[in-house]
Amino acid sequence: MKKIYIKEEYCIACRLCEIYCQVKHSKSKKILKAFKNETDILSRVLVEEIGYNSFAIQCRHCEDAPCVEACISGAMQKNKNTGTVTCDEKKCVGCWMCIMACPYGVIKRDLSEKKVASKCDLCGDEEFPVCVRNCPNEALKFEDV
Amino acid sequence: MVLKINQSEFEIDRDKEKCISCQVCVRQCSNDVHEYDESEGTVLSENSRCVGCHRCETLCPTGSIKIKQRVSEFKGNANWSAENMKNIYKQAETGGVILTGMGCDKPYPIYWDHILFNASQVTNPSIDPLREPMEIKTFIGRKPDKLEIKAVRESDGRILKFENNLEPQLELNIPVLFSAMSYGSISLNAVKSVAKAASEFGTFYNTGEGGLHKDLKCYKKNTIVQVASGRFGVDKDYLNSGAAVEIKIGQGAKPGIGGHLPGEKVNYDVSTTRMIPEGSDAISPAPHHDIYSIEDLAQLIYALKEATEYKKPVGVKVSAVHNVAPIASGIVRAGADFISIDGFRGGTGAAPQVIRDNVGIPIELALASVDIRLREEGIRHKVSLIVGGSIRSSADVIKAIALGADAVYIGTAALIALGCHLCQKCYTSKCNWGIATQDPYLTKRLNPEIGTRRLLNLLNAWSHEIKEMLGGAGINAIESLRGNREHLRGVGLNEKELSILGIKHAGEAW
Repeated sequence: MKKIYIKEEYCIACRLCEIYCQVKHSKSKKILKAFKNETDILSRVLVEEIGYNSFAIQCRHCEDAPCVEACISGAMQKNKNTGTVTCDEKKCVGCWMCIMACPYGVIKRDLSEKKVASKCDLCGDEEFPVCVRNCPNEALKFEDV
Repeated sequence: MVLKINQSEFEIDRDKEKCISCQVCVRQCSNDVHEYDESEGTVLSENSRCVGCHRCETLCPTGSIKIKQRVSEFKGNANWSAENMKNIYKQAETGGVILTGMGCDKPYPIYWDHILFNASQVTNPSIDPLREPMEIKTFIGRKPDKLEIKAVRESDGRILKFENNLEPQLELNIPVLFSAMSYGSISLNAVKSVAKAASEFGTFYNTGEGGLHKDLKCYKKNTIVQVASGRFGVDKDYLNSGAAVEIKIGQGAKPGIGGHLPGEKVNYDVSTTRMIPEGSDAISPAPHHDIYSIEDLAQLIYALKEATEYKKPVGVKVSAVHNVAPIASGIVRAGADFISIDGFRGGTGAAPQVIRDNVGIPIELALASVDIRLREEGIRHKVSLIVGGSIRSSADVIKAIALGADAVYIGTAALIALGCHLCQKCYTSKCNWGIATQDPYLTKRLNPEIGTRRLLNLLNAWSHEIKEMLGGAGINAIESLRGNREHLRGVGLNEKELSILGIKHAGEAW
């Protein structure tokens, strides 16, 4: 499967990945509308920064995903065909066990409506995840394992 | 706090309707122009700190930022221009020499824009480079005085053999090289982009006088190592780590002036590359202290040839100054294999503005006069001419070659390809594009993979354009264009300018 690889030496901490992730996961999918009219859209990619060191991290879609194991409602599933780990927000009960289990700290609490776990879905319907496509310095790569 | 008379140069026009307060501009500006006001949830901008590099404008995801020249009109005065007044205000405040970066931006005549190239019609057929072979390969180095050919009898009949012992040559797949930009003046990522592009395309880059970083030694075959007045990083190993050696006497942007890399920029990496103590100022003297004559220059040329066992061409770089033609003649006689001439529009990482804008001559005139002088003296073949100092397009390349150049150096054009917006603030080391800086937070912004790709694209595009223009003029090899001034015509030039350029005016036929 294709995964997102991080090239931290070229991450410039502009956080455009976060912005485009928010737009992608908004209702309107339009940048101005999303930021002006919608509130608390969570970015599923996080830029970590210390000094000039920075990198953008999102769900690693682990082979043996601890979040899937920890999920009590069966919302967190690993797709056997694509290898993608996704959270079915309809099933999610917001117990946050996945957050406790995630070794990368990339699952967030989405409290905007019904409380659910929010994480990277690799933008399933796009050829490239939006964070990768919009990184101005190619610090994120979407490549085969 | 004393009153500052100078007002800001730029104005940040932020469209409030479009700004989403994402703060990309805040994070990208090394000059702290933008600031996020948390209580209001808006981004504010301070015009006075803006240098006009357009980084924020380019990265803004909604296109809400527009950088504008802030025009504040002084009372009209044809003598005292706004620039003269602003410079005086600045100097009255600081008492210092005004520094600047990149090349001269004053409206002196640009002769390239007054020269037109020829094309074939009826009497000589034009050539389609997409269907027929078109040669733009170029060799830099000393050529033999005459061809020595010997007839040899072989079993299958007589064949001719080439008998000359050729002097070392550089082989270029396009008559364009990347000019000297040292590691120190530009970031390692910028040098890596240039070096990798040169090696992938089959041309050369020049180390400048900053020595050779260990990461760049793999591009040995495509490196011209420079020996300048500071002799930074020069040893036998360095000289043999390139394909050619260039002695730098002068630079177009600051003829007669040395260089000064402040100690703050001499970090561990720069210090080991330059072979100087960490934190010490790197001062390049104005002259080479061992060169006071052509004879002295000859000694250095031959010392370098000895050190490289006569296997590498040794060239000399001079800035285009008033007496460049006789100087070039002396350089050929001193034994140089190529001469690089840098016109007064050539770029720099830092130069006093008064020197950059008032010293030297245009490269077009310097090139034409050097080429004519060397031909008259019968020594043109002994040397290759590489010219630089604002080659802006493939058209400039082709005009330079028709005026007599063997190849051209591009520096500013290469940096523009990497993202440079010519804000002329290289000397501050705050380059937001990650080019003219050593700040690790900023140098990351130039991914050498992207840089290499962009430079390769530029060279590819230019080589296609050069081939198209050659084909249009019915020429199938760039060799046939070199010094072929019949293919050029001047427009809007006076008799004197035409005679120096050695070209006819448009409308004059054979």
